Amino acid sequence: MTDHESAPIVSLDNAAKHFGPVKALDGVSLVVTPGDCIGLVGHNGAGKSTLVNLINGALAPSSGSVGFSGGTSANEAGVRSVFQELSLCPNLTVAENLRISHTALKGPGWRRHARAEILQSLDTIFPGHGIDPMSEVDTLSIAERQMVEIAIGFAPRGMAARLVILDEPTSSLDAGIADQLLEHIKQFCAKGGAVVFISHMMGEVFEVASRIVVLKDGRIVAERDAADFTRQGLVDAMGHVTAEAADTAGTRQEFGPEVVRTEQGLTARKGEIVGLSGLAGHGQAAALARLYLSRSSAFRPGTSPEVVFVAGDRPRDGVLPLWSILRNISISVLGQGARHGLVDRDAEARIADQWKTRIGIRTDDVTNPILSLSGGNQQKVLFARALASPAPVVIMDDPMRGVDVGTKQDVYAMIRAEAARGRTFLWYSTETEEVCQCDRVFVFRDHEISAELTGADITEEKILEASFVLEEAS
Amino acid sequence: MNILTKPWLWSCVAAALAYALILGLTSGRGAGELAYAALSFGAFAAIVGLGQMLVITLGPGNVDLSIPATMTLAATLALKAMGTDPGTAVLGLGIALAVGFGVGVANYALIYLLRLPPIIATLAASLIYQSLAIWSNRGLRIKPPEGLADFATGRFLGLPNVTWVGLLLAIVVWIALERSVWGRWLLATGQNMRVARLAGVPVELVRASTYISVSVFAALAGYLLASFSGGAALNMGAEYLLMSIAVVVIGGSSIAGGNSNVPGVWGAALFMFLVVSMLNSYGAGAGARNVLTGAIIIGIVIAASTRRART
Amino acid sequence: MSFLARHRIILPVVSLTVLLAATFYMQPRAMSYFGLNLLFNLAVPIALATIAQMMIIMVNDIDLSLGAFVSLVACVTATILNDTPALGLLILLALILSYALLGAVIHALEIPAIVVTLGMSFVWGGLALFILPSPGGASPDWLRTLMTVKPPFAPMAVVASVIIALVAHLLIIRSGIGTVLRGVGGNARSVAQAGWPVIRLKALAYGLAGLFGVLAGMALVGLTTSADANIALRYTLLSIAGVILGGGEFIGGKVSPTGAVIGALTLTLAASFLSFLRLSSDWQIGAQGAVLILVLTARLIFRQKGAEA
Repeated sequence: MTDHESAPIVSLDNAAKHFGPVKALDGVSLVVTPGDCIGLVGHNGAGKSTLVNLINGALAPSSGSVGFSGGTSANEAGVRSVFQELSLCPNLTVAENLRISHTALKGPGWRRHARAEILQSLDTIFPGHGIDPMSEVDTLSIAERQMVEIAIGFAPRGMAARLVILDEPTSSLDAGIADQLLEHIKQFCAKGGAVVFISHMMGEVFEVASRIVVLKDGRIVAERDAADFTRQGLVDAMGHVTAEAADTAGTRQEFGPEVVRTEQGLTARKGEIVGLSGLAGHGQAAALARLYLSRSSAFRPGTSPEVVFVAGDRPRDGVLPLWSILRNISISVLGQGARHGLVDRDAEARIADQWKTRIGIRTDDVTNPILSLSGGNQQKVLFARALASPAPVVIMDDPMRGVDVGTKQDVYAMIRAEAARGRTFLWYSTETEEVCQCDRVFVFRDHEISAELTGADITEEKILEASFVLEEAS
Repeated sequence: MNILTKPWLWSCVAAALAYALILGLTSGRGAGELAYAALSFGAFAAIVGLGQMLVITLGPGNVDLSIPATMTLAATLALKAMGTDPGTAVLGLGIALAVGFGVGVANYALIYLLRLPPIIATLAASLIYQSLAIWSNRGLRIKPPEGLADFATGRFLGLPNVTWVGLLLAIVVWIALERSVWGRWLLATGQNMRVARLAGVPVELVRASTYISVSVFAALAGYLLASFSGGAALNMGAEYLLMSIAVVVIGGSSIAGGNSNVPGVWGAALFMFLVVSMLNSYGAGAGARNVLTGAIIIGIVIAASTRRART
Repeated sequence: MSFLARHRIILPVVSLTVLLAATFYMQPRAMSYFGLNLLFNLAVPIALATIAQMMIIMVNDIDLSLGAFVSLVACVTATILNDTPALGLLILLALILSYALLGAVIHALEIPAIVVTLGMSFVWGGLALFILPSPGGASPDWLRTLMTVKPPFAPMAVVASVIIALVAHLLIIRSGIGTVLRGVGGNARSVAQAGWPVIRLKALAYGLAGLFGVLAGMALVGLTTSADANIALRYTLLSIAGVILGGGEFIGGKVSPTGAVIGALTLTLAASFLSFLRLSSDWQIGAQGAVLILVLTARLIFRQKGAEA
């Protein structure tokens, strides 16, 4: 390696970023050199996204400095980012999407070059991916879209990628594909590339990272070689006590009559917490949405709803962004207290205040806009909306996304208490730890139920067994 | 400070400004007549504007382009049924409202059953309503019954009767939006239809009732306008298409849905009339009048957006 | 899924074919060079206006001022461009630039296009009245010659439509910059993240709309030989309907230039077809609405079939 090649790709010197009075990042110094694979961890609000946006040049620091090698801009330094939220153009083909990020791709025959380049990148990272570069992105599955996005991140695009920032890249990928990615990251770093890897899956972080940086409250609180961390030590550094190993709730066995039965074979009894598990995107969310829509009407206003829904994808399925916290909580129960079709505003305020205390929404005033809350607190509002309704069946579609550990424990307790009072919960979760809280678990594979587990059978091993096809297909 | 952030204020201030500018030219003469005319003509724009506001509140892509055809059809059929006979005003009103209801149901059926974008559905349907109006009218101009014409052009407590109707409707719409469960459902649907559905809101019921409301409002406006102006004309609704959208936007409702503004619609309706009078009294020709009207609409939208950016 | 992607163009083609077959069945004499010329006489300006509207819909906006704009261009063409060509060209160029500016303003201030263009429709209409207070003017000779040229094999309207579709297809679907423009409609944020100046892209899309709008107005004058301030007001709705008939979507940057031209031809033909039906003139307009609904229903059925496949 020459000096230039081993020089830092990005160096941050006491960089800070303030949004008004909010210190998102409070003086961070970090150097990324070729060959580095940095695992970036921290809980919600620690400043991960802001740090990423400084590294990729999307934001300029409020104070301190961010320097790039080989040029003044992140782009010229070969810094790429792959974000958690999908950022492809759904109306364009895979190859055309490469054109968007490859500004130098011009002239006649650019389509052929784009096709070859994206195909090569996909083949390198995900051998056997089966994605046609000429298909439009909105015809692909979520996992395929994420694969395309990663492939675009690593594609040469006129000049080799030197630093790729991956923000939760495996969130929609199943384990096999995720392993391919981790393998590629290792090779990429071995060849002198650098990666900043953000993941909530500690196993993945330990597998690929050479160095781990822990962020907390906008500062780096620990930065060491990965080998010097233990999982426990890492979680402690992030500032949360790990949840005690889930002590499965096999104690309660007294459930009421069956209240849910779908064609697929999904069943639930009164007072039961039923988990839906399996690899992401294998039909769990669709099964729940179907169940919800079939039990509620878009035409008849129900005075006593049968089901309520807790969304995990908040912007798409949950939050009414123009409204206050109060109105967001009360929307599902308006019909009940109404007289002559008018809203009983006193009762509404009482319900909101009561839930603010019960579920611990961090706000001075429930009339504040919902968007003034952090993601985790917005999620609490969605829980309050559902639990305030008297509906006997509660459907939860991966509701713990972006929720910190403390909140999770509160919500688990609340779900148990509500279930003990006779409510039924259908709970889809991508985190095995959560599924282990359930009384019964249905594991989904290829849009079908592949296993039904109860009591002591609910273990990570059993769920994994049911999630994968273990025997080779003949 | 707080009142300055109310979006409806701006349309009212603009209306007052236009009013002052006209009076400045005539040095105060004709103030009463001008206000009376503005309140009369503004009422029709306000009534259709209130309906259009409800639809626009439903969210992006929701707009009713069949308002002019609905006005014409309702007025034509009502006047034909009344046939200038005295004592038929209620019958005519009933027919006009029934036409509005039917049009609303038909529009919604196209939107829901054929899953058409509302712009296209109401546009295509309006061509059919227009044909119906032409066919039933046959170019005749039937006068409204005398009592009805007197009512439409009359006044009560110093205000035009049509203004009272418009104000009453505004209050009803305001209560519906701010205090009723249906209004909450409408505002939730307008912010995000999927979220509203998953929160238990009967979104299709809300959409159906909203599209029916706008048509009923348009039919009522058509009935009153025909009574006011001495008969139905085939192009009587034409100017109300752009007008209905303009008053909603100038009135401070969000074109992105989920946020509506009842007082602003009235302010904007008065403003639109006063601007035209102002330009007329300053001697502007039709061309200049149009250019300035357009410039004012755009100017207000830009002003509103920069104000939003500052806060 | 590739069937779905392909059939986007199938439906416009089928509806045009069915309508054409029905017309020929009703009026066999239309099946000739001159018959076709008559049927599609006004198709060229409508096709150009539809492409203009498509540029705006492509970036998730909608243009309610297009009809007034085309009318204004027609007035300029029939008066100033005819009398003092240099000044006329300059004005038309300024109109295109003002469209581009409009796009930039709409993007920069994040104001709804539907309202701004609504306001602009008053402005364009007012300017048209300024230039031509009463119907009149005359088409420049070269324009008249161009629009009435008689190419071999197929009439001018058909040949021109093919050329328009081809040019628009190359520009929007095949070219790199066209792909990026469609990307703005699909996901503007990711385009911005990749370092593209979205404001300039929006201005470009609007500028292209202005260009095709200007061409539409000129073509219209070449055919009608005179102009008035209201000559093309119905083009606003026709162009929107044409884009949608052609398989375009209101949001998401999904547009098809070929489809849009075919949609415009279908709408033109629908008007001719109805006159062959000897329909009472009361119902002419209504029947157009019915045809529009019918085609869109067919599209829905097609799409459901596609989704099941």
